[in-house]
Amino acid sequence: MRSGVPRYVLRRSIAALAVVWGSVTVAFVALHLIGGSPVDAVLGPTVSATPGLRQQIIRAYGFDQPLVVQYGVWLGKLLTGDLGYSYQLNEPVPRVLADQLGPTCQLALAAVGVAVVVALATALLAAGRGRVIGAVVSAVEMAAVSVPQFWFGLLALSVVSFRWRLLPIAGDQGVASLVLPAVTLAVPVAGTLAQVVRAGLEEALAQPFALTVRARGVRESVLRVRHALRHAALPALNLAGWTAGSLLSGAVLVETVFARPGVGRVLITAVTAQDTPVVMAVVMLSATTFTVINLLVDLLVPLLDPRLRDGRATREARA
Amino acid sequence: MTSSAQRYAPLVACDGLTVDFAGCGGRVPAVNGVTLAIAPGECLALVGRSGSGKSVTARALVGLAGPGARVTARRWTVGGNDASRWGPRSWRRIRGRQIGLVLQDALVSLDGMRTVGAEVAEPLRAHRIVPRAKTADRVAQLLSEVGIPDPVRRAAQYPHQLSGGLRQRALLAAGLAAGPALLIADEPTTALDVTVQAQVLGLLGRLRDAGMGLLLISHDLAAVATVADRVAVLHDGSVVEEGPAARVLSDPLHDRTRELLAAVPSVAVRRSAATARPDTGCPVAVPDTATAPPTAQTAARESPLDGAVPPDAVLLDVRSVTKSYPDPHGERRAAVREVSFRLPAGRTLGIVGASGSGKSTTARLVLGLETPDFGSVHFDGELWSGLAERLRRPLRRQIQFVQQDPLSSLDPRWTIGRLLEEALGVRGVPSGSARRDEAVQLLEQVGLEAAHLARRPAQLSGGQQQRVAFARALAPRPRLLVCDEPVSALDSTVQAQILDLLAGLRRRYGLTMLFISHDLRVVRRLCDHVMVMRDGQVVESGSTAGVFDRPQHPYTQALLDALPGWEPGTRPPGARRPGSSPGTASSPYW
Repeated sequence: MRSGVPRYVLRRSIAALAVVWGSVTVAFVALHLIGGSPVDAVLGPTVSATPGLRQQIIRAYGFDQPLVVQYGVWLGKLLTGDLGYSYQLNEPVPRVLADQLGPTCQLALAAVGVAVVVALATALLAAGRGRVIGAVVSAVEMAAVSVPQFWFGLLALSVVSFRWRLLPIAGDQGVASLVLPAVTLAVPVAGTLAQVVRAGLEEALAQPFALTVRARGVRESVLRVRHALRHAALPALNLAGWTAGSLLSGAVLVETVFARPGVGRVLITAVTAQDTPVVMAVVMLSATTFTVINLLVDLLVPLLDPRLRDGRATREARA
Repeated sequence: MTSSAQRYAPLVACDGLTVDFAGCGGRVPAVNGVTLAIAPGECLALVGRSGSGKSVTARALVGLAGPGARVTARRWTVGGNDASRWGPRSWRRIRGRQIGLVLQDALVSLDGMRTVGAEVAEPLRAHRIVPRAKTADRVAQLLSEVGIPDPVRRAAQYPHQLSGGLRQRALLAAGLAAGPALLIADEPTTALDVTVQAQVLGLLGRLRDAGMGLLLISHDLAAVATVADRVAVLHDGSVVEEGPAARVLSDPLHDRTRELLAAVPSVAVRRSAATARPDTGCPVAVPDTATAPPTAQTAARESPLDGAVPPDAVLLDVRSVTKSYPDPHGERRAAVREVSFRLPAGRTLGIVGASGSGKSTTARLVLGLETPDFGSVHFDGELWSGLAERLRRPLRRQIQFVQQDPLSSLDPRWTIGRLLEEALGVRGVPSGSARRDEAVQLLEQVGLEAAHLARRPAQLSGGQQQRVAFARALAPRPRLLVCDEPVSALDSTVQAQILDLLAGLRRRYGLTMLFISHDLRVVRRLCDHVMVMRDGQVVESGSTAGVFDRPQHPYTQALLDALPGWEPGTRPPGARRPGSSPGTASSPYW
């Protein structure tokens, strides 16, 4: 495996490209199936244009071409790194997104931090503590996973910001304004992570090695943190790709509820206005993030678990 | 208790130890009033079938009976102190420091994600035995004391990178690290090859001689016989018989003890003039000189039965097969090298060897699950290896396979009836009542009954599961049955029953069998011919009686010497005579 890593990365990168290509293609087709005139999208809602101007736009953007040709032209531009112009803002798409990436990343990282801390603490404290505690914690986890995010966000706003006036209501004004959105975004992720880590811990604690460790006179907390957590981290790490996806989709809601700038809000605006180039860029960004994170996880897992490091060959030979 | 041991206060003593667990309908008892005491330099063996409460007793003695367990005792002391009311903190000070616990399979009993060195260092850290800076030196010292060569390099490796024997020693080293006065070893040799088993037992014996108290838990009386001073027989959570090992093993008083003794397969091979029993004698004239240094040529030339059998009677003909796999460094390692043998119809060939000797790869080649790199496998006179799978599939039912772990080889979601009916369908038995009737017949042949049809594998005992595995293998009426360690996962009483079943089936149906095992006693009991493998090559082969009574190759002799050297009904060799004194309780164990 040691010598095979570059080849493995190459193979996986090609597969990742295929995934990105597939998702943008699906998004391209879907946007055209929605219907509506792209010319209106370019013109915007308020402008009443002459037929001559409409013709000009159709020619300039190539809307009169068959869909396949439009797709080909768009893909060709994409390969040269040209993401096109936003119909609405009449700005290059990268510039539209560049300002928005920062706030969204900030929000997502804060949410990941909150989710990981809450999930690990819950799992480490609650794993294998008997049926009653297990049932209560499991119910809380289920609630966290299933509560609608916009509802939770609004509830948090009305209580914490309006009634208690503890935190700012909206916008992007430093750390204080990040707290509620980050917590709201973290809730379902924390619920799922806690479920996975707790199940992993309980499985690890039932293994013979856990009995061996206890028989050495080691504290229960040390057994959990030093031994079992590492075993439980593997399934949680494999969820990293899913986590990134759910953070991005959650950001759309959270940024809207809390009136924060960010990619999620740009996406909402772009979809409603049929601003195809912007939507396509966001789709591509999400697909790329998703595949890159999954690739990193697959490279990271053998570093964490020595048993996977020695590769497939040994396991086959042993069998 | 030996007279010498009475001079010391017991390391642990309990009177009326009772353990029960919270169950659906009230408390479920696991241990019912066990009374025992272990002195320094003394080895007490706790024996019994699985489920008799041995392991629960062992765990309870270190305060780890498990969640939902209630442990009570009339009197219970550890190192002279009352242990019956200890809380978690007091127990933590005892565990590892005064009582060490070593479990069965080091591959799962050591944390697979941490290095062996980190595992051995843990008790040192937990009890602050040595300063942090000196931990690495102490770990290397401990590893070398249990006989691990090159300890510094080994300490940096992970459990899965060590061989079974080194792994088990590393587990022992971790159990001994904080210098406990009493070591509880729960089935410490069960998962090991005979040679490794003998080494680990030898190590335990030296520990005892150096003054350590030893509680040895096992279902294998032969293993216990080599080190135990006293034996306590546990049945349904109670001690039914206890006494000096020599007396209990040679003159058992209780029926349960006799059952356990009867289940020990006889060795009767130790270079004595013991002649082959009539039923294992080989009726086919086989050159008994099939012994040679382990070179491929001789192995190929002098394969069992070579030339002795009329060619038409040969069912399986393996011709100089070689199979190699890539190792982690990208080089190819031969798992099987130029192995040849011929198996006539109606005979049973045993393949013995340590793990990694190529036994299982040979089985997979015979089954057509692997294609040999060189050489060929012929079945019933036709080419079998290298056949296109499309052509081979209709013929596959003629060779059936039984594996080591019955539970994982039976679909857990299927009922026994469905499992058997699928196998009968392969033979073309019409579905419906005909198939059901045949399934019932199959079950009866393997000693089960129609009531088992509706059960699922997990609802059966290990022995019953393996019986189902045999019934399923027999359903398509195979001409050859390949068994890979079919009784290794079972405890010795059940093992004996399954071996009897196999012997009966073989007699009744004239089955041809390829029987793979690391347990020489099992092979001795069942097989007409034996082939000894090492590092992928055949080192010796011939009739069972010939190979076992007059082993020619040094490796075969080593394997036979490593067998627990004790015969049911005789005095165990490990027990010291009363009066011989154990060593003083302190430093170097060996």
